[in-house]
Amino acid sequence: MTTPTFHASDLTKTYRAGEVEVQALRGVTLDLYAGEFVVLLGASGSGKSTLLNILGGLDVPTSGEVWYRDHRLHGAGERELTQYRREHVGFVFQFYNLIPSLTAHENVALVTEIADDPMPVAAALASVGLEERCDHFPAQLSGGEQQRVAIARAIAKRPDVLLCDEPTGALDAATGVRVLAALEKVNRDYGTTTLVITHNADIARLAHRVLRMADGRIVGETRNEVRATAAELSW
Amino acid sequence: MLGRKLGRDLWRLRLSLFAVAMVGAVGVANLVMARATLESLRESREEFYGRYRFADVFAEVERAPEALARRIAHIDGVAAVDTRVLAAGRAELAGFGEPIRVMAVSLGEPDSANLNAVYLREGRLPAPGERRAAVLSDGFAQAHHLRVGSEVTLVLHGRRQRFTVMGIGTSPEHVAQMDPSAVFPDARRFAVAWLPRETLAAATDLDGAFNSVAITLQPGASEAAVLAALDRVLRRYGGRGAIGREYQRSHRYLSEELRQLDTMARTFPVVFLAVSAFILQVVLGRLVASQREQIGTLKAFGYGTWRIAAHYTGLALATGGMAALFGVAGGMLLGARMADLYREFYRLPWIDFHLSSSLLGIAVLVSLAGAVAGAALPAISAARLAPAEAMRAEAPSSRWVRRAGRRKRLPLGQSHRFILRNLQRRPIRSALTWLGLASGTAIIMMGRFQNDAIELMIDQQFRRTERHDIAVDAVQARGRAAQRELERLTGVLQVEPVRVLPAKVSFRAADYRTAVRVLDDGAQLRRTLDSDGRPIAAPLRGVLLTDYLARMIGAQPGDEILIDPLDARTPPVGLPLVGTTSEPFGAQAYVNAETFDAVFERSLQDAGWLLAVDRRRQPAVLRALDRRPYVAGIDQRGLAIRNFKDGMANTILTFTLIATSFGIVITLGVVYSAARVSLSEQSRDLASLRILGFTRSEVSYLLVGELVLLALAAVPLGFAAGHGLAALLTAGFDSDLFRIPHYIILRTHAFAGAVSLACALACGLGLRRRVDRLDLVAVLKARE
Repeated sequence: MTTPTFHASDLTKTYRAGEVEVQALRGVTLDLYAGEFVVLLGASGSGKSTLLNILGGLDVPTSGEVWYRDHRLHGAGERELTQYRREHVGFVFQFYNLIPSLTAHENVALVTEIADDPMPVAAALASVGLEERCDHFPAQLSGGEQQRVAIARAIAKRPDVLLCDEPTGALDAATGVRVLAALEKVNRDYGTTTLVITHNADIARLAHRVLRMADGRIVGETRNEVRATAAELSW
Repeated sequence: MLGRKLGRDLWRLRLSLFAVAMVGAVGVANLVMARATLESLRESREEFYGRYRFADVFAEVERAPEALARRIAHIDGVAAVDTRVLAAGRAELAGFGEPIRVMAVSLGEPDSANLNAVYLREGRLPAPGERRAAVLSDGFAQAHHLRVGSEVTLVLHGRRQRFTVMGIGTSPEHVAQMDPSAVFPDARRFAVAWLPRETLAAATDLDGAFNSVAITLQPGASEAAVLAALDRVLRRYGGRGAIGREYQRSHRYLSEELRQLDTMARTFPVVFLAVSAFILQVVLGRLVASQREQIGTLKAFGYGTWRIAAHYTGLALATGGMAALFGVAGGMLLGARMADLYREFYRLPWIDFHLSSSLLGIAVLVSLAGAVAGAALPAISAARLAPAEAMRAEAPSSRWVRRAGRRKRLPLGQSHRFILRNLQRRPIRSALTWLGLASGTAIIMMGRFQNDAIELMIDQQFRRTERHDIAVDAVQARGRAAQRELERLTGVLQVEPVRVLPAKVSFRAADYRTAVRVLDDGAQLRRTLDSDGRPIAAPLRGVLLTDYLARMIGAQPGDEILIDPLDARTPPVGLPLVGTTSEPFGAQAYVNAETFDAVFERSLQDAGWLLAVDRRRQPAVLRALDRRPYVAGIDQRGLAIRNFKDGMANTILTFTLIATSFGIVITLGVVYSAARVSLSEQSRDLASLRILGFTRSEVSYLLVGELVLLALAAVPLGFAAGHGLAALLTAGFDSDLFRIPHYIILRTHAFAGAVSLACALACGLGLRRRVDRLDLVAVLKARE
């Protein structure tokens, strides 16, 4: 067995909101391997976003351990986590989070400027099929196009990991399929470990491996012997 | 329920609104400070003038018999007449080696009208028979810590006499206590001494006679007619031309000061209130933008346009109210301090500093009106939103996107592009912030402008125009022998006579009473300079006028200027205007000595002398001058300048501090509001960037960079605005007494620019904490 890219064991996360304590994670243990395409399924409030935030270095666990290769993420300081995100992680958000005052090209360039070994901006946009639209502002792009720009932005720095939080959540099915195709291509072409969280079970057919979460725990794991392509999906 | 929302919005925005309110408060404080001081000074002056019977008309003569008073009293329009004896002289104080000039004024006799009566701060008036008792001016007494019972030696017409200080006070005629030949008060080296009439008459050989008369007019009397009649009566006694109150020196200075204060009260508050309206517009504009959905929901529920507009106007009124509260309180504190400063220069017996209810009303009204003006646009735009439109998030305007797409791309990094685009995206807000910051810089410049201008005035007047070391006044005008005697004194390098003819200078219908200075060829100790500072000699055939005087009477070079001697001994003479001189103080005419003698067919005697002295021998020269009976007053120029600067230092420091803190409040208010607004708008973008791996510093740079860029761009505009304000002030301050030059040194620019930038930077860094606390996780889930 190869060494996992991510190794998490017995993660818990408790949020305190005033007097109320919310236990978002109740002991999660998982490994993610290089080049894997993993879909994390679960209903709202199941803890999947919390898990993604911890893996992405946006949050730290209350207890338990989480390692990215030899980087210890639990108990890491703000500075180390920023460095970790900068060097290794690409994010794709549900609402794209593009900078409205910058064009597609500039949104991608914003990230390549701070990366050590980025790919050319045009190549990143071409890989999501948007080379023609590079001079458009987000307001001039459709939702699907904006999400593909976000993917181009995420992959342009050649991250080891791509973390996608409901990437099709704000899109209709046809558009969502094109976005997923872009993610699939990135995973295949660059070997980027990809973790997609969604509550859309259909998307799970795309994955090498599917994890199911409920109530802060991983409650099931399945492996797709035959993966569907994005084009075959419908919901 | 909207009231509750208003309350909570106020609480949530408290810091931003407080920042706006502080800028408004500065405007209100400025208004209250200037107007309350102005009103208080005016009222105190009027009350003093009224109660202590300040005269309406003054005239000086060489010597007129006391019986003439009755004739004067019979002039049509005259209400009361008081004859006096005046004498210029010197004082000597134990332990103070410098020359002191004295203006001795006879005290009113028991049966006199007692015009320009003495207000006693301390002690009493000399009783009949107390011949060696004096009342001294309070400024002088205070400067030398003199009390009732102190001794002082006065040298009048060459006679040295010791006096006991019986009282200390002031009079309406000497609110500005300064020597007639001085351009600024020097409390340590000038005193008014009120002496018993018989003592002064004896010292000046004016027993049964007078050399000055003060008159009050009947209500409705024509001052011009009385002046003309008085001149006719006094002509054969050596009258030097009667003057109305407006030409009385102390009154002129105080009036000029009040006029300047009035100019300030009209100029500055407008700037401050406009800036506060600007930034209120920015802050409320952002609030409306961030509450679009709430507004849409309220409207969908049936809240009317006016209710919504009124709701947002409520925020403005609360801000304006806060500004009024702080502004009035601050203005009263500063005004009281200003009044204290005025007490140093203008010896009014009391300054009843108070805030009138009308001024309070104006201050509150102005503050609220400014705030509402700032809120108008956002409130209207809030009220106008259609419910459905309001409930959608605001997209960048398609016009902006189209335009930005067409713009040429600058070869910039994306961070700088991010900053620039944010500024371009909200051009009105960026422009308002830019203007606000520039006005902060301009105000800080104003704080130091006075200092620069006064330095230049001193340089022009006392280093370049007047170049003597010692000025000497003669007891009475004298012939050339005195000059030759002074030239022989050891240590005296050069002596030039001072010859002055009081005259009315006129061109067509305009005239002005002034002194015609008669200059010898090649005079070095008092020069006439053109506007470039180059010496120009008084021409052989013609007259030079101070440029201000030429403008005042509307004369151009080549025009014939009529010079009418006030002593009326020789008829008026017309001379062509051949040039103008540039000098900061006074407005006078210059005629070459040869020309003067030829056209007026008489020679003037020397009224005094200017001396250049070997510095090392100056004490010996002063001692020698002291012994000369014909020497009335002595001035050491260097001391006077130093003393003036020392005296002004306190005032200038106060003004600089006030203006600088006002400027800082404005800059901080503008920067803080703008930064909060930017942060609230960009927090999502900034947090996204943090998630993408931007460090806190990099993200802060985007926010602080925007502020610093605006602040940098505002500096040149601030300089321009500062010069604009300086031009406005110098134009408002211009008078025949003095002109404040429009002159601001490089260091003042640097100071103002540096303070503004430092404020912007400090404020930006202060907000960094908020950038550090951006909620990264929330951003992942939040729709824009």
